[in-house]
Amino acid sequence: MALLQISEPGQSTAPHQRRLAAGIDLGTTNSLVATVRSGEATTLADENGRDSLPSIVHYSPEGIDVGYAAKAHSISDATNTIVSVKRFMGRTLADIQAKHSELPYKLSATENGLINIETCNGTVNPIQVSSEILRPLVALASDTLGDELDGVVITVPAYFDDAQRQGTKDAAELLGVKVFRLLNEPTAAAIAYGLDSDDEGVIAVYDLGGGTFDISILRLNKGVFEVLATGGDSALGGDDFDQALSQWIFEQAGYDGEHSPALQREISRLACETKERLSSVEETELSLSLPCGSEWQGSLTREQFKQIIAPLVKRTIMACRRAVRDAGLAIDEIEQVVMVGGSTRVPHVREQVSAYFQRELLTSIDPDKVVAIGAAIQADILAGNKPDSDMLLLDVLPLSLGLETMGGLTEKVIPRNTTIPVAKAQEFTTFKDGQTAMAVHILQGERELVEDCRSLARFELRGIPPMAAGAAHIRVTFQVDADGLLSVSAMEKSSGVQAAIEVKPSFGLTDSEVASMIRDSMTFARDDMDARMLAEEKVEASRVLEGLVSAIHDDGHLLSPEELSPIRHAMQVLEQAMAQTDLKSIKQAISDCDAASQDFAAKRMDQSIRQALSGQSVDDI
Amino acid sequence: MNYFELFALPTTFEVNASELKAKYLELQRTIHPDNFANASERERLMAVHKAAQINDAFDTLKSHDKRAEYLLSLAGIELAHETKTLRDPMFLMQQMELRELLEDIPQASDPEQALSDFQQQVEQAITQFKLNFSRQFAENSADTLQQAADDVRKLKFMLKLSKEAEALEEQIYTY
Repeated sequence: MALLQISEPGQSTAPHQRRLAAGIDLGTTNSLVATVRSGEATTLADENGRDSLPSIVHYSPEGIDVGYAAKAHSISDATNTIVSVKRFMGRTLADIQAKHSELPYKLSATENGLINIETCNGTVNPIQVSSEILRPLVALASDTLGDELDGVVITVPAYFDDAQRQGTKDAAELLGVKVFRLLNEPTAAAIAYGLDSDDEGVIAVYDLGGGTFDISILRLNKGVFEVLATGGDSALGGDDFDQALSQWIFEQAGYDGEHSPALQREISRLACETKERLSSVEETELSLSLPCGSEWQGSLTREQFKQIIAPLVKRTIMACRRAVRDAGLAIDEIEQVVMVGGSTRVPHVREQVSAYFQRELLTSIDPDKVVAIGAAIQADILAGNKPDSDMLLLDVLPLSLGLETMGGLTEKVIPRNTTIPVAKAQEFTTFKDGQTAMAVHILQGERELVEDCRSLARFELRGIPPMAAGAAHIRVTFQVDADGLLSVSAMEKSSGVQAAIEVKPSFGLTDSEVASMIRDSMTFARDDMDARMLAEEKVEASRVLEGLVSAIHDDGHLLSPEELSPIRHAMQVLEQAMAQTDLKSIKQAISDCDAASQDFAAKRMDQSIRQALSGQSVDDI
Repeated sequence: MNYFELFALPTTFEVNASELKAKYLELQRTIHPDNFANASERERLMAVHKAAQINDAFDTLKSHDKRAEYLLSLAGIELAHETKTLRDPMFLMQQMELRELLEDIPQASDPEQALSDFQQQVEQAITQFKLNFSRQFAENSADTLQQAADDVRKLKFMLKLSKEAEALEEQIYTY
């Protein structure tokens, strides 16, 4: 039985008001946003009716262009037009230079290894560039829904490590957007197809985009998604089909003159159009004006096109084979195959994938939109708009977390595929008398040697009370949250001293760097910035109040009147502070409310655990 | 609250696997941080913390050796990171023989059959140590608890062998 909720005067937000949420597919080549409206998840189109936004940002002295407007500059002003910034996220300069030798950008590294890109509109990093891509998507969603978003779900590749995930989250936070959850792209695709409602099964997600190929094998068990294996090729995609076809056109046209950029572009366009046409027709005509003045005419059948791209498609199948083997499965154990990415429209790709997995493929949802749609469904649930949903996404840690030990070796603290959230404690001791500090190096990866793993953070434990060597016991706790993000805390056990930790992310940003980037990104005056921070704090304050009102309504009986009164008092103070415009006093009042209600929150959580185990909710009593 | 209490299960070695799993999922459905996407920062952190604890508890209770070790630790016997060696010459001799047997399997005339025989032998030992542990632990005297601890040490030896046999199985069947 549902009770009517009566809001107290002054607390405007009704508990059952629908919250606004969106799912964002922040892709390498294209990005999309989707929301659930009238129970159905759909992607949102811009004023020109286009769903996907090219993930391209152009910097000019006059300002910043994103998407199609930026794409127009990708050849004429390549140095200032950042294409596929996702490849740079959480990566070092050395990584990038080893992988992509011919980038047109002026790159440099910050002190902690983060990449900086020099543009004619200042120096930017990949997080800021990603945030520019998110900006119009978030704006499109809030315009469509009619108000500011309560939060978003952003998708990331399943193999993204901590630095890459953190960077993605920071990009949204730069815009002041709350991230409900980072969701793995293959999981999002599986949700879009409603596969989470199946009891159990193994799913392959084949994702062939413009420039990357990913294959993921997921196991689903009563709502729990587990990534069994991932693989792919970060330099293989539909663009390679175009390139192979361009090569064929050059050969057919018998042209051996100079390949000017203009001609190259023309042929790429022709190749791309031809490829797309051949997905629906068996044969198509091509014509091309050559620089020598002559006109070339030709035709291409689907069969011929198949021959041209066959070696590329074969490479994806080999990667599938490896992933299935890594997952320790036989091919017939895979029950569903989800197709993602525009290049999976090519009939030859579908034939080959279907033949390899010996299955019908799931292709009914537009492969360009399926990830964003899954993210929107999850965002809607997390926003609380579907209280009856019992979906539970238990993700696993994609890569092991470890520590550097003597001799440049790593010791695993949390192995990959551990269900998250997870917390593991590790004990350290001092090796010198009177030692008061200690350095810790955190790594992520599967390899034995430190140099083969990704360095996530270095930190120092300070303030250890001076003791004999080996007497201090420092307990360091590593906690990974539901997004796969790590946080660390430490405590000296014998004295109970909380050691001060200074975590220096190897590639990510410290909190103060994020704060200064937020300040830097403000193109408006200081007053505006204060106004924005005040507005955000007020939103947080009403969230806290709203939460407490409904908590007291539901579970007030857990507290004696004496316990309840300090909470009520803190709430009153917060309400009064909210009516004023002093940022500091609102912050203080929020944290006082939090402190006053901590025991209450713990009691509520214990109560819900007991109820969960007793097998019946209060409504049934 | 110990892990058994957290799952409202009796503190015994025998655990009904499907009941454990069902309770685990029920708890996660209630406590998973995704349920707190709109809650205050503090409540979210509390949920992350609690969900991590539930994951750890489930991980401990679902595996036989971890569960046995955990029961011993509740009884005041810590096996984790211990440096004490097992003093049981008979058992150690048997371990060495089993190791030699495992190493020789690839050269056997029928490696698949040899491996299967080996695995069966190890499985039997594992079952035996589990039974021993369960009985000794239930008696709950200082003496039997020490014997139970030895059973867990031996169980771990056997589980390690079983893992190595699995790795060998993969090799044999891949090539």
